[in-house]
Amino acid sequence: MEQFDYVVLGASHAGLEALRAIRAHDADGSIAVLDREARLPVSPTVLPYVVSGKCAEDRIALRERRWFDAQRVDYRQQAAAAALDTANARLRLADGREIGYGKLLLATGAAPAIPPIEGLSDVRYHVLRTLDDALALRDVASEVAGEAGRAAGRAIVLGAGLVGMHAAENLVRAGARVTVVEMRGQVLPGYFDAAAAARIEAVFRDKGVEVLTGRRVEQVAPRGEGCTLRLDGGEARDADLLLVAAGVRPEVSYLAGSGIAVERGVVVDAFMRTAAPNVWAAGDVVRTPSFFGDGTPAGGILPDAVEQGRTAGMSMAGDPALQPYPGGVSLNTYGFFGHRALSVGRDAPEGTGPEWEVLVRGEEGGDAYLKLVLRDGRLQGIFGVDVLFDPGIMWELILRRVEIGARRDVLLENPQDAARALMSGLWR
Amino acid sequence: MSATPTIAFDAERCDGCGDCMSACASAKSTDGNTAQSRIRIVRDDEAGHWGVALCRQCGDPRCASVCPAAALAKGDDGIVAWDAERCVNCLICTAGCTFGGIAFSADEGHVVKCDQCAGTPQCVTACTRGALRYVTAAKLYNRWGELEDLFVPGLGGCQGCNTELIMRHTLRRVGPNTVLATPPGCIPGMGSVGYNGMLGCKVPVFHPLLTNTASMLTGIRRQHKRKGRNVTALALAGDGGAGDVGFQSLSGAAERGEQILFVCVDNEGYMNTGAQRSGSTTYGAWTATTPIGDSARGKAQDAKNLPLLMMWHGCEYVATASTAFMEDFYAKLEAALEASERGFAYLHLYSPCTSGWRFPSASNIEVARTAVETNFAVLWEYRREQGLTLSRDIDDPLPVTDYLKLLGKFRHLDPAQIAHIERHVAEQAQVLCELAGMQPREGERIVCHPSDSMAVDLDQ
Repeated sequence: MEQFDYVVLGASHAGLEALRAIRAHDADGSIAVLDREARLPVSPTVLPYVVSGKCAEDRIALRERRWFDAQRVDYRQQAAAAALDTANARLRLADGREIGYGKLLLATGAAPAIPPIEGLSDVRYHVLRTLDDALALRDVASEVAGEAGRAAGRAIVLGAGLVGMHAAENLVRAGARVTVVEMRGQVLPGYFDAAAAARIEAVFRDKGVEVLTGRRVEQVAPRGEGCTLRLDGGEARDADLLLVAAGVRPEVSYLAGSGIAVERGVVVDAFMRTAAPNVWAAGDVVRTPSFFGDGTPAGGILPDAVEQGRTAGMSMAGDPALQPYPGGVSLNTYGFFGHRALSVGRDAPEGTGPEWEVLVRGEEGGDAYLKLVLRDGRLQGIFGVDVLFDPGIMWELILRRVEIGARRDVLLENPQDAARALMSGLWR
Repeated sequence: MSATPTIAFDAERCDGCGDCMSACASAKSTDGNTAQSRIRIVRDDEAGHWGVALCRQCGDPRCASVCPAAALAKGDDGIVAWDAERCVNCLICTAGCTFGGIAFSADEGHVVKCDQCAGTPQCVTACTRGALRYVTAAKLYNRWGELEDLFVPGLGGCQGCNTELIMRHTLRRVGPNTVLATPPGCIPGMGSVGYNGMLGCKVPVFHPLLTNTASMLTGIRRQHKRKGRNVTALALAGDGGAGDVGFQSLSGAAERGEQILFVCVDNEGYMNTGAQRSGSTTYGAWTATTPIGDSARGKAQDAKNLPLLMMWHGCEYVATASTAFMEDFYAKLEAALEASERGFAYLHLYSPCTSGWRFPSASNIEVARTAVETNFAVLWEYRREQGLTLSRDIDDPLPVTDYLKLLGKFRHLDPAQIAHIERHVAEQAQVLCELAGMQPREGERIVCHPSDSMAVDLDQ
């Protein structure tokens, strides 16, 4: 049986950052990275741009093989985990081989969540999580968009998260007629506050996208090459292309019987340790605790996956500079039809007390929209459409719980310069 | 990965004139509009100071870690480079940066960041206030990194001690053509002479008595010279081996103008043997032999100023240095090495002792820096031809208490003792100022008048 000091399962953002952190402290330990894919690692975030054709599929690898070689890492493709034996520190792979580990990182990410809709399994639908998914969708999208002389087909996107909205835009740009169906009351729920979402939605409607929020699909049935969807109001939509973008679920199938606790993701402590000895987890596979300690959505955020990967890697290698992971903060940068929307942190909850403060500018149809959310004079969230600021600085101000009450007006007026000036002083 | 030069910003000197932004915009933007500058000077009215947003060319750039398209990467030149072809304009890099160093430019239609103008940053050139500095110390580290490390990989210093840094960097530069003397103290204790019959370094090394280091080096240097070999005679000694027990041989060799490079690593006491006082120990400091009790309040005498004493010997070269100011240290090491070809060169390095002075092991460099910034340890340089010059401005020091409060050995000080130390620091600074103020006139030396080549040269 092969044995490595470190085994990293998964080669996306969390796994790769953990690798970097391990090597930064332990130059000699043996490391294996097991990737279930058959190609160099690719970020899910870049896939919409593959669909749109902006990215060539051979120019998106996060790392080249020579990088793994330079790090003296045994990088293996098509190596999927089948079972984990934590008592004996062994991993069984899908091909039956076993690998022993000194320390193990679970960074297997997430897979598309398929909602329980009647008839969905009987029709052809797309998801967007892997490069294969993206290539398939790219090919179909151009077909649906229609050749000359044939009417453009209709594409239906289930879910108005970032994946769904990106795909909807791509499909519109390709020439398709597009409908987006979202169960919750706004587009990009959990990413943007209602007012920002309304602006984004308005731009999509303006581009001819049918946006149905607060609606459910009750049934799907085949119709020729495509399908027919029945909505909760009883009305129907025909689709030549159906994309299911209803969120993700952690990839944990191989953890059955391992004793590792999974509750909507692998449960970890502040150093990304699971309940099992010498097993860490990071990235989308983890149930990310919210920095705010409330029900604010957390996890599924790329920079968060990187932070978790770094924390896990430092913890695994015993790096004395290790700091506890502070918890997830929602953080999104979203470009759509030439506009830019940014969000960091949380919105004020319903029925808030006097310690909360919400400042808004551009509420009524102005060019730009910005909302600041403060609690006890400290930044909780900032949401903007076509207002530039540095999300990384806002993130830091939230994590440090910096008192900004006295600067609230300048922050609202010019969030980029005001936050930069404040942060510049804090770095000294 | 190589270290990278950085553009340093001094808020105290910035008056917000914006010349840096104009220079950047005209160098980098399409239309010269300062809105497109990659360095942003911003005002914090609340705090009343100017701030900066600029790429730091981080060692482990988070903008690159979070980039889903591998469009950002730190190159071999140290610059975090942006690849237009790969960038998908997702702006996630702007979430990874906490310095405002990479941001979307509406005019360019994508993110922009500083690339340090291929080694001549225009913003720095344009800054007439001295608020921006192009710090190239990293280049020195890189160059030093290429020199051979002549000590064994493992030296057994206390955690956080800067002596290993001093030893390795010194011997790297001085090079293999060296005979090294390390008298009793922390340096042989750390393993310079080796253990168990194995050498601790790749050059001939010996372990003189505390008293005779400079005498033995004198003989070795002269004998090599007689045989026609030009080797560097190097001492790495503590303050006891240099200034107390070792002083008579040191003074004699300096006065004779022996061609020796003598490096004193001053941790202000006999720290290797349990932190006893030395002549270099500060007034009021706790040591094992100057305890704190009902009547005893630490050391009752002021430290002697060993580097000044050495200067009055009329050495070729005398300088003080600190590991918080490595560029300065490197420059002085260079000068000292060169001077040791002509005569006696003495380099005095401040070495805060994490265990003996009682401060956290992570703060060594910070303690060293504060010592300099409070004028507790003044950096200066003496060349026989030019006299004494101050290496940095000492007119506006931080309060001495900023330094004292960092160290456990001063925790017991009463106001009278603090006042005594403050007075002593001010007096020493005044003396140095006056010495530095005596500018030599053409063909005339003021500070010291050693007669030329009084050294007895046995070869002649």
